Amino acid sequence: MKIKQLSVFLENKKGRLYEALSVLAKEGINIRALTIADTSDFGILRMIVNNADAAKRALEETGFTTKITNVVAIGVKDRPGGLAEVLKYLYEADINVEYLYAFVEKSGEEAVVVLRTNNLDKTIDILSQRGIKLFDSQTIENI
Amino acid sequence: MEKNYFNPKVELLSKEDLRALQLKRLKSILNRVYRRVPHYRKKFRQAGIRPSSLKSPDDIRYFPFTTKEDLFVDYPYGLLAEPLEKVVRLHTSSGTTGKPKAIFFSKRDILAQAELIARSLVMSGAKARDVLQNSMTYGLFTGALVMHYGAELLGMLVIPAGPGNTERQIELMQTFGTTCIHMTPSYALYVATIIREKGLKPGRDIHLKRAYLGAESYSEETRGKIEDMLGVKVYNCYGLSEMGGPGVGFECPARGGLHLWEDAFLVEVINPKTGERVLPGEVGELVLTTLNRNAMPLIRYRTKDLTTLVEEPCPCGRSHIKIARILGRSDDMFIVRGVNIFPQQIESVLMGIKGVAQNYQIILDGYDEMTVKVEVDREFFDGRIERLIKLRDEITDRLKQALQVRPKVELVESGTLPVSEGKAKRVIDNRIL
Repeated sequence: MKIKQLSVFLENKKGRLYEALSVLAKEGINIRALTIADTSDFGILRMIVNNADAAKRALEETGFTTKITNVVAIGVKDRPGGLAEVLKYLYEADINVEYLYAFVEKSGEEAVVVLRTNNLDKTIDILSQRGIKLFDSQTIENI
Repeated sequence: MEKNYFNPKVELLSKEDLRALQLKRLKSILNRVYRRVPHYRKKFRQAGIRPSSLKSPDDIRYFPFTTKEDLFVDYPYGLLAEPLEKVVRLHTSSGTTGKPKAIFFSKRDILAQAELIARSLVMSGAKARDVLQNSMTYGLFTGALVMHYGAELLGMLVIPAGPGNTERQIELMQTFGTTCIHMTPSYALYVATIIREKGLKPGRDIHLKRAYLGAESYSEETRGKIEDMLGVKVYNCYGLSEMGGPGVGFECPARGGLHLWEDAFLVEVINPKTGERVLPGEVGELVLTTLNRNAMPLIRYRTKDLTTLVEEPCPCGRSHIKIARILGRSDDMFIVRGVNIFPQQIESVLMGIKGVAQNYQIILDGYDEMTVKVEVDREFFDGRIERLIKLRDEITDRLKQALQVRPKVELVESGTLPVSEGKAKRVIDNRIL
């Protein structure tokens, strides 16, 4: 149930994000979800794309520093308290969330939350036991 | 450690006796240049000092420096302290522009410099039965000829191969059983690569034991690589034409620095901006006075080479002081918030940190702010921001410790800074002063 996330190291330079995204556009890569973690002088662009390996290759060929890491993507009901419930399960299981970001699915009924924790296997176990919907990579890539 | 000495009497002198010898020679050389070299007489008078003012070797600090520019006053013969009939050899040192520096030797000077080389070679373990292949350039450059005379004085068989023609170099090594080589580190690396490509094995097809590498700076990594590839021990040697060429500084088997022959040179390390002596262990410009040169003595010559003095006694038993490997050129120094900083200091901190790639850049701007841009190693990036922040903080702290100035550290993508090739532009100064 793990899905591939592509991280790109971005120095704080005008146009650098645009350059990264246009490399992906030329390669025909579709971005499903995206977030940027940043400090004052550098950032990390994190993305779920339809073909992480091809995206990585294209970015590295043009000089970018990249890394593929595993994350999980879960479906959270689009109502108050939806995400809090999920986090409660993780907290009770003593799992630390390193970061998360969310996007709303086209149907609008549920939000997709991308999660990176200190223990992905355990996260998957706990959340499946609790009946939380976990997306596989194919589903995410085809959203 | 095997201990061999060419001239044990001088090499093992006690520190006190060495100081006494230096004082005697220093007085004599100051008198000679004052009497015989008009340019020095003028410089001393301008500084309001006479040779008789010198009471201890330390008093040399009151005498004026000799710079490269001084070598071109009364050029070419003006600095001679001997009449031309006593001068037997000219060497030159190519400047990048204009006239070359002209350095002259008397018969005695050639022998004296040869002895320094012979001492250095014996120090490395070489013996009369060794075969030295001398692959430096023969000619106006001091590198090959001065080494040649020194090795002959020791009694080694010298093959005056000169540089280049790598096929022939390797043939010579095989045919005559070369045990020692003298060349530049970059050429040694090249020769080693060709030897490997030919499928020749050190110990079976070639029998090298020692490589004397100098005339270019090279890292410990390069040294290790050459040692592995050729099956030799590499000895770092330091010299400059103005001081007679190679043999000025030479590593002993204990390493940890290069011995400078203090009976031949008076050694100082100064702050290149102020001209004052630096504190022990501090980086500064090496300043040398020739104590044993007849034709063209030089007083407090500014070498422009940066180093530190290594004062601890050496296990090899020699009392002569050691200097650290040359860190770079004093021209590269800059000042931030009143602190003297050399790019090489920053480089050595960065190279010791995991996660840092090859290149870096120093940017000075605003009100004396220093920013160090550092490339992140591709392999180090694992997608976590904490790891990068930790790397940035580690670099900042380590630089603060080494420099006494806290820089702003910026992590940049690998491959985005100018590549380091010798004189890469490392420092960009945008300060408005």
